[in-house]
Amino acid sequence: MSHLLDIRDLEVNFALRTGNITAIDGVSFSLDRGERLGLVGESGAGKSVTGFSIINLISKPGYISKGNIRFEGKEISSYSDEQMRKIRGNRISMIFQDPMMTLNPVFTIGFQMIETLQAHRKISKADAQDIALEKLKKVHIPSPEQRLSQYPHELSGGMRQRIIIAISLLTDPAIIIADEPTTALDVTIQAEIMDLLQELCESDNMALILITHDLGVVSQVTEKIAVMYAGKIIEYGSTDQVVKYPVHPYTEGLIKSIPGTVIKPGCDLVQIPGMMPTLTNIPPGCAFNPRCYLKEAMCTIKTPELKDVGNGVLAACHMK
Amino acid sequence: MFAFIIRRALQTIMVMLVISLIGFSIKSNIGDPVRDLVGERVTPAERAEIADKLGLNDPFFAQYTRFVKNVLYGDFGTSLIYRKPCLEVILKHAPATIELVLGAALIIILISLPLGVFSALKPKHLFSRFIMGFSTLGVSIPVFLTAIMLIYLFSVTLGWLPSYGRGETVDIFNNGYWNSGLLTIDGLQHLVLPCISLASIMLPLYIRLIRSEMMEVLETEYIKYAWAKGLAPTRIWLVHAFKNTLLPVVTVFGLQIGIMFAFTILTETVFQWQGMGFMFLEAIQRADISLLIAYLVIVASVFVLVNTVVDIFYGFINPTVRISGTK
Repeated sequence: MSHLLDIRDLEVNFALRTGNITAIDGVSFSLDRGERLGLVGESGAGKSVTGFSIINLISKPGYISKGNIRFEGKEISSYSDEQMRKIRGNRISMIFQDPMMTLNPVFTIGFQMIETLQAHRKISKADAQDIALEKLKKVHIPSPEQRLSQYPHELSGGMRQRIIIAISLLTDPAIIIADEPTTALDVTIQAEIMDLLQELCESDNMALILITHDLGVVSQVTEKIAVMYAGKIIEYGSTDQVVKYPVHPYTEGLIKSIPGTVIKPGCDLVQIPGMMPTLTNIPPGCAFNPRCYLKEAMCTIKTPELKDVGNGVLAACHMK
Repeated sequence: MFAFIIRRALQTIMVMLVISLIGFSIKSNIGDPVRDLVGERVTPAERAEIADKLGLNDPFFAQYTRFVKNVLYGDFGTSLIYRKPCLEVILKHAPATIELVLGAALIIILISLPLGVFSALKPKHLFSRFIMGFSTLGVSIPVFLTAIMLIYLFSVTLGWLPSYGRGETVDIFNNGYWNSGLLTIDGLQHLVLPCISLASIMLPLYIRLIRSEMMEVLETEYIKYAWAKGLAPTRIWLVHAFKNTLLPVVTVFGLQIGIMFAFTILTETVFQWQGMGFMFLEAIQRADISLLIAYLVIVASVFVLVNTVVDIFYGFINPTVRISGTK
């Protein structure tokens, strides 16, 4: 059976005046109906670019230079703008990072919900409003009728993110791509939003791609995890397996960096030494080698490929 | 919304009081009203008596209060040149200027919106580069030069349009106040060149303002989100981006309409346009202080009123302003 979404050897370049730089380098993963995948990594690892490239909405001057993106059995990476438009916000919805910036400040919530439906279906305003109300109820927004006539600035950040989730549900999409959906919210709201996303995916059999740097969130919500570093996936497998028994030294470092539930005051937090290289300055061999405690001569010469390391986990490390 | 309007109205009244104070200070310190009234051949004793009668020896504040009271009743004193009440003189000259400014404003709106939006959407297009180059040129050419070039090209060389005056006008209300050039073909033809030259200073600024605002808006998260929602490009550009672009543009436009009233002085001089600017220049040349002050106060009031109207209109398109106004 074919996958709902199948990405093979995706490469994204940014055409800069000084030449092309590769932001995504040979990324492959797949997603089945109702499956939840976490894309994890530090800032600049290429998580968001990967997410945006699925709906071909990479900020200029970025473009997909290689690879295949198959969605529902069709190759969509070569789609025209108009064909792609019919998928965006319809079959594949996105949730952005900062709910304070995502909604247009001069239009009401109702306006912004109804237009989304009308962009994808021939539907009357009244019918669209009914669907909008139904989805607002689904994301547990109090007094949804009232919300329709409100402007974004009249609502709190958490409430706005719920509205955005409701908008992403309007057309009953097959996939929701959530790009750091809780980063801009405070911790209590974060948990509520994540629970809500999980609940919705389960009840509607929707697939979710959760882009985040927060391994804690990923381990709660997702079934599969892809860890990215400098534009490549370096470890890929079931969330349980990867979080409990990380193979790649980078993944291991990320997991150790999560502050434990019991922290003694004054004790240092664990961190991975050094910083992720910028895209113009990726070291030869394994991109992680300058920060790696397992580093050997080979790591600075040959780029490791993803290989099966058992228990269904793929990892790109010479030492394992 | 109602509270917002009331608050703006109160602010307007405060500003008008300050303007009238400035106007009155100038009036009470420049020139000698007694001489204006009776000329040079009167004895100092008689002069003092007249000054006393006119209340010129009263304290400043008492004189100012009287001035404000008179102004509230529409009495700005009598114009020296015209030998008529200042208000009447100004009201008779106002329609010509108002029609000129409205015509210019219309030209600005109709041209700057499409050109500004186009050059924001397609910044690398050849036509956009042409617009930008042309607008730089437009900003740097002074009004009177534009006006003279227009007259030379369209009146002298081609003979298509008249070069001076208002042409055939119609007395709209049959009371001698509003002589409009908008209702006759001849009057409209006379409007074309003055309106274009008045518009020529603001137009390039507007195209640039709209372009830069629109380009900024196009980079925002909510526009990116609109793309992610799968909306049609025309809807994203002309509904989502356009309305946000308009917010700062409307404010600037309100301010500039006031400035345009002042700029008419140049245009009206070149085209011998019998409006307020023309009248103002005449008043300066012949030291008609009462008329000058009346003009300053009235133009300042128009300025303030236009700004108030614009602010209220802004409240309608920007919901965040409305909310803070109701608090």
